[in-house]
Order: sequence, then structure tokens, then C-alpha cells
Amino acid sequence: MTANAKKAPAKAKKPETQPERWMLRLYVAGQTPKSIAAFANLKRICEEHLEGRYQIEVIDLMVNPALAKDDQILALPTLVRKLPSPMKRIIGDLSNTEKVLVGLDVRPIS
Amino acid sequence: MVKHLPFLIFFIFHVRLKMVGWVKRRGNGYMAKATKGVKPSAPEVLLKTPTGIKGLDDITGGGLPKGRPTLICGGTGCGKTLLSMEFLVRGAMQFGEPGVFLSFEEKAEELAKNFASLGFDLDALQAGGKLSMDYVHIEKSEIEESGEYDLEGLFIRLGHAIDVIGAKRVVLDTIEALFSGLESEGILRAEIRRLFRFLKEKGVTAIVTGEQGDKTLTRYGLEEYVADCVIFLNHSVSNQVATRRMRIIKYRGSNHGTNEYPFLIDDNGFSVMPISSIGLDHPAATDRISSGVERLDAMLGGKGYFRGSSILVSGTAGTGKSSLAAHFVDAACRRGERCLYFAFEESQNQIVRNMRSIGIDLEQWVKKGLLRFQNSRPTLYGLEMHLVTMHKAIDEFKPAAVVVDPISNLVTSAGESEVKSMLSRLIDYLKMKQITALCNDLTMTGSSIERTDVGISSLMDTWLLLQTIQETGERNRGLYILKSRGMEHSNQVREFILSEKGIQLRDAYIGPGGVLTGSARVAQEARDGEQALDKSLESERKRREIERNQAVIKAQIAALAAQLEAEKDDLETLRAEVAQRDEVASRGNLALAMSRKAEKLPAGQQRGGKPQRGGRK
Repeated sequence: MTANAKKAPAKAKKPETQPERWMLRLYVAGQTPKSIAAFANLKRICEEHLEGRYQIEVIDLMVNPALAKDDQILALPTLVRKLPSPMKRIIGDLSNTEKVLVGLDVRPIS
Repeated sequence: MVKHLPFLIFFIFHVRLKMVGWVKRRGNGYMAKATKGVKPSAPEVLLKTPTGIKGLDDITGGGLPKGRPTLICGGTGCGKTLLSMEFLVRGAMQFGEPGVFLSFEEKAEELAKNFASLGFDLDALQAGGKLSMDYVHIEKSEIEESGEYDLEGLFIRLGHAIDVIGAKRVVLDTIEALFSGLESEGILRAEIRRLFRFLKEKGVTAIVTGEQGDKTLTRYGLEEYVADCVIFLNHSVSNQVATRRMRIIKYRGSNHGTNEYPFLIDDNGFSVMPISSIGLDHPAATDRISSGVERLDAMLGGKGYFRGSSILVSGTAGTGKSSLAAHFVDAACRRGERCLYFAFEESQNQIVRNMRSIGIDLEQWVKKGLLRFQNSRPTLYGLEMHLVTMHKAIDEFKPAAVVVDPISNLVTSAGESEVKSMLSRLIDYLKMKQITALCNDLTMTGSSIERTDVGISSLMDTWLLLQTIQETGERNRGLYILKSRGMEHSNQVREFILSEKGIQLRDAYIGPGGVLTGSARVAQEARDGEQALDKSLESERKRREIERNQAVIKAQIAALAAQLEAEKDDLETLRAEVAQRDEVASRGNLALAMSRKAEKLPAGQQRGGKPQRGGRK
């Protein structure tokens, strides 16, 4: 995977460099206050720290309930970082930005 | 950033369209089947879902509450997962109700492998759409919590699984795993409450399993949410023997058995023994069956035991109890009835060999399938397990007669009162099924022989006592019918011997000195024989003597008669002589007179022959 290949040289360089592509998936169940808040928070965080390098996919489990089993979704909303690997998971409406950043392993741009 | 806009629009659009009563729909389209005896105007009775597990339906009075959650709790390895899985599998196979198994601990493949040994083919059921298994993976280190969340994901998964196959039964094993995976307990508890409401609204009968807590039923207090029915499983060890027991702690809205019921887990899954359901209202047959020994039948009112009765054969060691049992079995098999022999002391081969020495061939019945042996040491497992195993064997084989040889052995594995309770249950069960039971009891030498070790004589209808009668240096076997309810029986102590032709009863000789048996009897009989012989000879002699006397007297009579005849003859002769002499004398006189020319002839008389002329006429 190109991400891995990119990641290896990235690690060799100084820690400030971020890998190119971020694929994030947000699982929600319909339009609830939590899902709206989660999406809003996610967008904000991504704009702030991952400008131009991210891609958010929103999966509505009301539409596609079978996906919940495949991706082992328990709590909602759940944010899954698909790329870069390893996969990371954060549950909640993402209001606690610190935790989100730590969970996604995003270095804050100082 | 712009590319996210279509996503957002799409997302909201779909949400608008799809966010319709996911959860609110009542899932119970099935008409309520009223339980028996409910009048249309009576209030609604709680409906039950039959589990299909042997015995459990009896204890719960029909099964688990329909459409409500049941909590099954217990320690590790008690059988909670097994019970829940069997509930689903039997629901799918026997009652046609598909089920969903939501596992938080084991993966679906592992479960399939584990249950294959019980004959549950989970893969086939899944393929056939009867079972849906889902594994929820919770790993605390993998989850980061940020902000508010709920467990809607779980609901969606569960709801989807239920809807896809139209499940009526659900198992959650074990949702306590959520507590160890997720941090926020407040949210968790609220969601669990919501989950149970969700399940109720879906109208599925759910089983929730929970691990036993220290002082509470479950570690995280699930019992406050699942309040409709709580079953507790227990696996305890006493006297080095482990027994599994289950107890219905709570069953809202229904009568239930409240005692602890033992159960066992074997190749076919769960088996519960519903003990208290046995009452004292079993039928009483009037036909009689043979005991296998003809003269014993004669002692028992002429016909033998009552069918369906319980017979106790007690005696000290070596008195022949097993031999009597073998006769009974032989007679039953000859009639074509099936027999089940529970042996707690000897192996099957040993019993068959031993009985061959008295001329009973049990091997032939085993081959024909009429006789089955079940051998096990009493210390192998607990009493309850014995009872359940016996029940299973009896249900499976459906015998007409059962032999338990011996029952006194069971005391070693448990206390006396427990054995008595277990035996009374067994006897009750057999009587209900009209199976004749013969139990052998070994009494200790030295203790009173009319007392059984476990005090069960009151349960038995017929009590045969085998005793050894000892005297003059030898011991002989005697049989005595102590009691036999409902029939006339002999009160004699009969001697019996074990010969190659089996048990042979002989009349015990009661001489002037009391009961005599064995060689003493033989001697006495010989003596009697001699006496009898003497008597007969004596009478023979007397008879001859009398006859002789009679002959003598007859001879005497004959002699006297002859004498009488002779006398008569003499008398005749005498008379004739006298007459003759008279005549001669008169002639002579006349001649004399003539010769002397005395006188004329007397008138009328003529002289010696010359005719007279001119005489006076």
C-alpha cells in the first residue's frame, strides 16, 4: 500500500511530518443530535489539523445495518480511522478534541 | 472541503427517508395461544416459550416467559452458554423459531466447534437461516471515548439480525463484557435498560447470561434489569463428587418449582430432573407377574408379584439376592418384556457368568435386546446424577422391569437420608410408569435383619428376606416373605438351595425341635423314614397275626360242626339199633313162646311163617 510505503520514509524523517492520506469513516445512526455534533466536530478537527489530506466517509447504519456487523460497530457515533493503518476507533460525539487527536494519533500543528 | 458537501447532503437526505420506526414496531404478529383452561373472559395469562430442554419445561411450567428476558446466572463453567445455545437450537429445530446468538466472548467459529460435540450443527442452522450468530468484539485498549455516545450500533446489529431471519429467540452472552470494555458506566446502564425495552418491543424471548458476583447474583447487577425470570446454575462439590444444580430464583407471573433441581450435561445437551413433579397418584395394576421361581410364586398368593410394584430383597452377604434377581429378569425376558439391570457392584460379564452357574443364561436376552445392563460404581458421581442417568436410561429403553442391585451401595456416596429421598423418587417414578422394580439390599451381619440400611422398607410393596439358618455346624439358606401388600402370602420359612437348575425351594422341616434345615433335616427325614417303616412293618405283622387267629377259629368252628354231624349220625344209628333190637327181641320172645308151646299165638300174630288154616279169624 502506498500509505505504508509513504509511512516508512515518513518515520525515518523527523516526527513533524504527517503522512499524506487520511481516510476516516464516521458511523452514525440517522440524524440525531449526537451524529450531527460528531460530524461537525470531526469536520472542524480535520480542517484544523489535516487540511487537504483527509477524506471523511459517513456511513448511516439505518440505511445499511449489515455494515455494523462487518465493521464491528458497537457504539454510535463511532469514528474509525481506516488510513493510515493501524485502524483506530473513537466512540462518542468527538466533543473532547484532545482525546480525538490522541486517538487518531494526529500531531497538533503548533 | 467541497467534496464533503455531497456526502453531507446525501447523508441528510437518506436519514430523512429512512428514519422511520426502526425500533417501534411490535414484532409479535403471532396470535397468542391461550394456555389450557383459560376462559375468554379471564384476564390474560402469561404465555411461555417452551425450551425443548428435557425437564426444564416441567419445572418452569411450560417454558420461559414469552417475549420477556430471562437471566441465567452462575459461576464459571456452569453451563450458561450451553443452556442458552440449546434453547436456540431446539427452538429452531423443534419449534421452528429462528434465533439470534449475540456473543461477546467467543467467536462464531469457536462456538460452532464447541457445540459440534453435542450434535448441534450450528453451521447448518446458520446456512438454513434458522440461526444467526454475531460476535461483538470489545477491546478496551482499542477504544477511545470522546464525548457522548450510545450503544445504538448494538441495537442496530441486533435488530438487523432479528429481522433478517425473523427470529423469535435471542441470546446475549454475556453483556457484562460491555462493562469491562467501556468506561462510562452511567451510559452503559442506561443503554442496557433501553436494550431490554427494545427486546420486549421486538417481542422476542431473550436469554441474558451473567457471571455470578460475590454477594449479588451477577457481578454488575444485571438482575435489576432482567426482572422477569431469573435462573441460577450451580456446580458444587461435596464429598469429592460434583453435582450440577439449577434453581429458579424468580419467575414473575407464574407458578414455578422453587427447589434446587439437579441436572446433567451429556452428549445430548442439558437434562434436568423435575423431581417434585412426582406425586402419589400413580395407578395400581391388578395383574401379576412371575418371580421366576415357581414355588415362590405359590408362596405369593399363588401368582407372583403385582405388576408395577416394588420388591425389596434383603439379606446378608451370600444369601442369593442376585440370583433371585436373575430369576426375575429371566422370567420377564421369557415373557418378551424388556428389563433394565442397574448394577452397582459387579460388571455385566461377571453377572452373566455367575448366573450361568445356576443355569440361567442371561446372555441370550442381552443378544435379543431384551436385557440391558447399566453398570457404574456409586462413587462415580453424585446421587442426583445417578438418578438422572437412571431416568434417562429408563426413558430411552422403556423397560417393563427394573433391577437395582444393590441399593445399599449408594449409601457410601451420600448420607442415609439423601439416599432414601433419591430412592423414593426413583420408586415413585417407576410406579408411575408401571414398571416393576426389584431392589437388592445388603444388610450388615450383626444388625437386625429386619431393618434396612436406608429405612426404605415402607416404600416397598413386597419384602423378601433371605436369611442363613445356622445350626450344628452349617449354614443353610432360607427365604421368608416378610410382607407383601395386597395379597395373601405364606408365612413359612422355606429352605432353598442354589443348584444348577437355579433356585429350588424346599419345604423347611419343622420338627419338634424347631425349624430344621440342611443335613439336620436330612438326618431327621431319615429317622422319620425309619420310624415310618417300622410302623408299617408292625402293622403288617399284626394284621397277619389276626388273620391267623381268624383262620384258627374258623378251623375250630369247622371241627365242632363236624362233631355235631357225627353226633347226629350216632343218634340216628342208635335209634335204628334200638328199633331193630326191639323187633328182634319181640320175635325172639314169640319164637320162645312157641317153642315152649305156651300159648296160642297172640291174636293177629302168626307163627313163624306158616299160614294158619282154620284159625280164628
